[in-house]
Amino acid sequence: MNIVVCVKQVIDPESPPSIFKIDAATNKAEMRGVPPVIDPYGEFAVEAALKVKEAKGGKITVISLGVKLSREVVKKPLAMGADELILLDDEAYVRGDSWSTATALAAAIQKIGEYDLILCGREASDTNAGQTGPGIAEILGLPCVTIARKIDVTDGSARIERVTSDGYDVIEVPIPAVITVSNEIGEPRYPTIKGIMTAKKIEPVIWKPADISLDASKVGTAGQRTRLKKLFQPVYEGKCEFAEGDSAEEAAANLALKLRESKIL
Amino acid sequence: MAEYKGIAVYCEVKDEKMLPIAAEGLGIGRKLADELGQELAAVLVGSNAGNLAQQAIAHGADRAYVVDDPLLKDCQTDAYVSVMEKVIGQITPQVLIMGQTDSGRDLAPRLAFRLGVTVTMDCVDLAIDSESKRLLQTKPVYGGNAQAVFTSESNPQMVTIRTKAMTALEPDASRKGDITSIAADLQASDIRTKILDKVVEEVAGIKIEDAEVVVAGGRGIGSAEGFQQLEELAKMLKGAVGASRPPCDNGWLPDTLQVGLTGKIIAPELYFAIAISGSSQHMSGCSGSKTIIAINKDAEANIFRQARFGVVGDWKKVLPAFNEKVKELLAS
Repeated sequence: MNIVVCVKQVIDPESPPSIFKIDAATNKAEMRGVPPVIDPYGEFAVEAALKVKEAKGGKITVISLGVKLSREVVKKPLAMGADELILLDDEAYVRGDSWSTATALAAAIQKIGEYDLILCGREASDTNAGQTGPGIAEILGLPCVTIARKIDVTDGSARIERVTSDGYDVIEVPIPAVITVSNEIGEPRYPTIKGIMTAKKIEPVIWKPADISLDASKVGTAGQRTRLKKLFQPVYEGKCEFAEGDSAEEAAANLALKLRESKIL
Repeated sequence: MAEYKGIAVYCEVKDEKMLPIAAEGLGIGRKLADELGQELAAVLVGSNAGNLAQQAIAHGADRAYVVDDPLLKDCQTDAYVSVMEKVIGQITPQVLIMGQTDSGRDLAPRLAFRLGVTVTMDCVDLAIDSESKRLLQTKPVYGGNAQAVFTSESNPQMVTIRTKAMTALEPDASRKGDITSIAADLQASDIRTKILDKVVEEVAGIKIEDAEVVVAGGRGIGSAEGFQQLEELAKMLKGAVGASRPPCDNGWLPDTLQVGLTGKIIAPELYFAIAISGSSQHMSGCSGSKTIIAINKDAEANIFRQARFGVVGDWKKVLPAFNEKVKELLAS
């Protein structure tokens, strides 16, 4: 079983909103003073891959696309138990949209050549789009199931539980297929000491656009089909009226009275 | 090259009914079409979808295109992508609006890539740029920490819209419009996936997306038992119980009760956030609430930036006393 997992390096989405800042001149966002992380949904995809590998055996190849990716960050899937790491790391990939990103990832997957499952997070925590996985499926002509909470692989097909708003659907799909993974798959495992030591010894393979037979005009900003016009932080008035009291109980009763006064209750 | 003109709204059909988000899409679609002086088309795809065309016209469409085929009974994306590719090829709209629903999340990106364009997912605002006449597509990013405005480089300019972010028009049954039928041209073998089962996880009482009052708890509630006190309040106010992600991930509540970006996006009259810090990803699911009331022991918690009323304190002490007082006030 050959499993490819696509992960992304992002600013830490678990950081408190108070340190989230936007540089208006460059339309770039940062979590001030906090290092980047592997996108949490990508980690769920790695976890899903490890579960399939445990059941069926095989090899997990992780691909990440970016510019000057932090080796420490992108090696985490290796420390969790993945086998190989391919980085599409080059200035040419800078500021792509989902079109140029999916194009490059699909080209890299084609170069890998052998794959049964391609896993992505259900969306990235920065763009919140969920477009790259289905996009890769379309480019490669593969079937696709999104928002998986369980993946069971049998001969030649995968049985997937897809999260819906009122439960889940059980879907069977022939493989190779693209599957995007949701948090319901279960908490990603922590890297073990042994895993971290192994990861240290694995050198990532670096592919520039020419290595995946892509012209520079197809990647990064040049390959975009969407333009970011503006990035801004919504402003909240912050007019919270606090109910107070000498004790928690008194404050609680005062809250109820306030709500009655405002005709909310 | 075909000329791309007009606004098209994909009106999602489920169980032979048009979803509410279809009317919301037609509402904003009508506004954009009027601004551009162009037509608004509704696209209905499904089994027995033909009966719904008039309903789409009543909600603002100038004309409707219907693809009706028994193979379209379940929303299988393989089938829907190929049908929609054909329909869009025929009507060549400048803008295509879809809904950010279970199936929209799957169908919209697949269709976009099939058409050679991208789609801006989960838009909360759509407007026409006064100079370029292109669609300005505003969507939350970074888990709701920021919003981004995008434009598409090519046509159709595709978007999905967030539930309840746009306003539907009052239906006008006297509106008239052409209804065009398009053949699906599908073979059963075109559909590579097979739906083996649809599991509905029933929740007793009012559905969270329909409730006027939602009492939600966060990680700080600590256990499934803790949620019983939230249920007590929800019951008194005829509301529903919800949660941020950690209680669902921990199995204290079913996943279907998760409020947030990747869970339910709701807009009740009254939203109680109890022991919820208010991460942006959670706020994405509830910031449309009319009034937010927060109980949290951390006075600096993000939730208080969007709450109208609040108490700083341990919910274990605050909530029982609050419930007691509410009971007393409701009885008087």
